[in-house]
Formats: sequence, C-alpha cells, structure tokens
Amino acid sequence: MTMLRAVWLIVRKDLTVEVRSREIAYTTLFFAVSCVLVFAFSLVQEGRAADGVGAGVLWMAIMFAGNLALGRTFERERQSETLRALMLVPAPRPAVYLGKLTGIVVLLGATEVVLVPLVALLFHAEMLAHPFWLAAVVATGTIGFAAVGTLFAAMLVRARSRDVLLPVLLYPITVPVIIAGVRATMALVQPDFDEAVVRFWLALLIAFDVVFVTLALWTFEPVMTD
Amino acid sequence: MISVDFDEVSVEDVSRHFGRRRAVSHITFQAHRGTILGLLGPNGAGKSTLLALLATMLRPSSGTIRYGRFDTSAGAGLRSRIGVLGHDLFLYPELTARENLAFFAGLYGIADADGRARAALDVAGLASRGDDPVSSFSRGMRQRVALERALIHHPRVALLDEPFTGLDDASAGALVGRLSGLREGGTIVILATHDLDLAEGLLDRAIFLRDGRVAETVPQPEGLRSTYRSVIGR
Repeated sequence: MTMLRAVWLIVRKDLTVEVRSREIAYTTLFFAVSCVLVFAFSLVQEGRAADGVGAGVLWMAIMFAGNLALGRTFERERQSETLRALMLVPAPRPAVYLGKLTGIVVLLGATEVVLVPLVALLFHAEMLAHPFWLAAVVATGTIGFAAVGTLFAAMLVRARSRDVLLPVLLYPITVPVIIAGVRATMALVQPDFDEAVVRFWLALLIAFDVVFVTLALWTFEPVMTD
Repeated sequence: MISVDFDEVSVEDVSRHFGRRRAVSHITFQAHRGTILGLLGPNGAGKSTLLALLATMLRPSSGTIRYGRFDTSAGAGLRSRIGVLGHDLFLYPELTARENLAFFAGLYGIADADGRARAALDVAGLASRGDDPVSSFSRGMRQRVALERALIHHPRVALLDEPFTGLDDASAGALVGRLSGLREGGTIVILATHDLDLAEGLLDRAIFLRDGRVAETVPQPEGLRSTYRSVIGR
C-alpha cells in the first residue's frame, strides 16, 4: 500500500460521502455567506468600505467555515468509529492525515469559490484583478489553517468537549496564517499593486504550510495511538 | 512494510489501566492457529479492552502481547494480518455496502478491491443489496457487511466483538458456519460474546473474565451456560 494510493482512496471516499450528503458544503457555505453579509451590512457605508476590510472579512469567514468543516468531517468518522478502522489498516498513518487534510482543503476551496466573488462584490474590493496571485494566497492560507485544524480535530475526536476545544486550540495557533493571508490579500486589492509585498506574505504562508504540515505528519501517529 | 505471519498470539501478564481504573489485570493466555477462543463474561469484565489491546488499538500498561515472533513494533505488517469487528461497525452509512468493502480492501492493499468486495457481498448474502447505502440496512445486515469488512484481507487473527449482535436465527447460523470455516482455514479467531447458546459447541477454548481478571479457562467447553453461572456467579 503506497502512501499516495491510500491518500487518494481516503480523499475519494470523503468526497463521495460529501457529494451524497452535501452536509458540510451547505453548512459551511451558508455560514460563510451569512457571515460576509452581516459584515457587509455593518461595514459598508454609502457603497464604500474602509481599505482592507474585505480582506479581513474574507479570512474571518474562511476561518469560521473551516472550523465548522473540520468539526463535521471528524464527527462523521467518530459516529461509526471509522477513524479507528482507518488507524487499523496497514496504510502509513500519515496517509490518513494527508487524506483528511486534502478532503478538507477541497471542501473549503469549493466554499471559497463562492466566497471570494461575494466579498469582492459586497465590499467593492478588486480581488479578482490578480486571480493567480489571489488563488495562490487563498490556497496556501487554507492549507496552513487546515493542516493544524486536521491534526487537532483528529486528536479531539474522542474528547467530550471537542466542539469547544477545537476553536480554542486552533485559532491562536493559526493566527499567523490568518494575518499573513489578510495582509497578502490587502496587498492584492490595493490600487497600486505591489508584487514584492504579495511575494513576501506568500512566502511566509508557504513557510507556515511547510512547518505545520511537517509537524503534523510527524506527530499524527503518536497522538493517534492509544 | 515487513511481511508478517504467525501461528499463535500470546498474551503475557497483560494489564491495562485507565487512570485509576483497572480494565484488565494480569491476563495470560495463548490462542493458536485454527482455533476459536471465546472471551466470556458480564458487562465491564474487560472483554472489549482485551480485544482492543490485541488489535493494537491500545497499548498494555504492563505485560506483553506477541504475535508469533512479532510484537506491535511490526506496525503496518502486523496490522495487515489482523481483522477487527468492533462493537461499532466501522462502516460509512452514506456509502453503499460495495463501496465500503472496496474502500477497505483498497486500504489493505488488495489489487482487485472491487472483485474482493463482490466476493465478500456474496459470502454475506447481500449481493443483491450491494449498491444500496449502508444507512438503509437493518442492524443485522450491517453486522454481516461489517464482518466481511473485518475479514476482507483474509487476516491471520480475527478479533470479533459481539459478532452475533442483531442477527436473526438464519444469519446467526450462517455466522457460526463462517467462523467454523475460518478455523478450518487456519485463522486464529478470538471472539467476545454474551450469546452463550450460539457459542455452545463453537469454541475450542473459553476464557471467563470477571472484573478484568481471568476467572476460569475451559478447554473444549460444554454446557457454557451452566459453567458461566458457576464461574461468574450470576
């Protein structure tokens, strides 16, 4: 059993389950859109929002929706103890982590496809002026957030107060990722686009991703055993 | 992944504590290839904890568990030889029975996962319901799929926690036949059950557990119910 094959099987399974139930997609999307709408009503005055507000709202919505998606994804694995079954198969255990992480990133990516244009529209932010840079920033930020979140959600799957503990643990640790994401997105929507600034924050996001994914791969097996 | 095979499972003076609570205490036994070992006892006797220890899902607080010349450090190689039917069924309700079986067959590295899933559905007597989601199945049907999921990779040791749960008479009879077939095929079967009537005549050895300790070990047990009453005292 190769690592890549195990990852692919788990991702395919997660996406098949989601396509059948549409539970996570609908709840995260509904929650994220509601969040953006509420902020838009309070922060956009006479058709204008303060500079950078759109970027902050986008990342806040991603953060909240991500927390919801992480909780639900692992709740599914808890209900029939299937996470235990995954830990019993002879596939490398980091493959279980990578499979779950990839599934969550894909689900959040689908939410972001709706979220980004919505924020651009409601906050009059030029988010789509540099689509490739924006895609890179959103993707790396999402991976960083989900990398930590997947590890914590898996760790907490048998904890009674997991719904409370997940955001309490997750948000403080992922604050650097969110700040880098906000700053990079703000740089993207400025009228005078400064590529060097975006590159700087993007490099920081990539560094966070490498550190978080490496640490999670290293710690997943010991924290999930016993 | 190292190749692992073994003829016996040895449990040597194994204890497992959860905080101050002692779930199993100083348990010793061996289970040999081609035999069915029954773990019998009231609720809370430590049967499920013992199965979880054997499945490598838990680590002993003290003592050792050996699988032939291997121990749990054999990792993935060892896990590929263990099949577990838990009290929870380890099935995804949104997926069909076929998808569940093929998914786990794939994770166990079986090349023709779809073919193996098809064969498993035939054995479970659910070939005609293979494309229905597991959520639409009765408890007994789920139990049959879960058993085949646990055995999909032809494990050397099958650890079955209450395998008769939810089965009607015909299905329970079929399961007894299936377990006998596993014994003849050289599998080490270790099952925890409360269903003494169904276990009667099936077990090669019965270990009666009480309060996490071995109360009695009976080879070739007969009259399980009366032995249970005299050993457990309830």
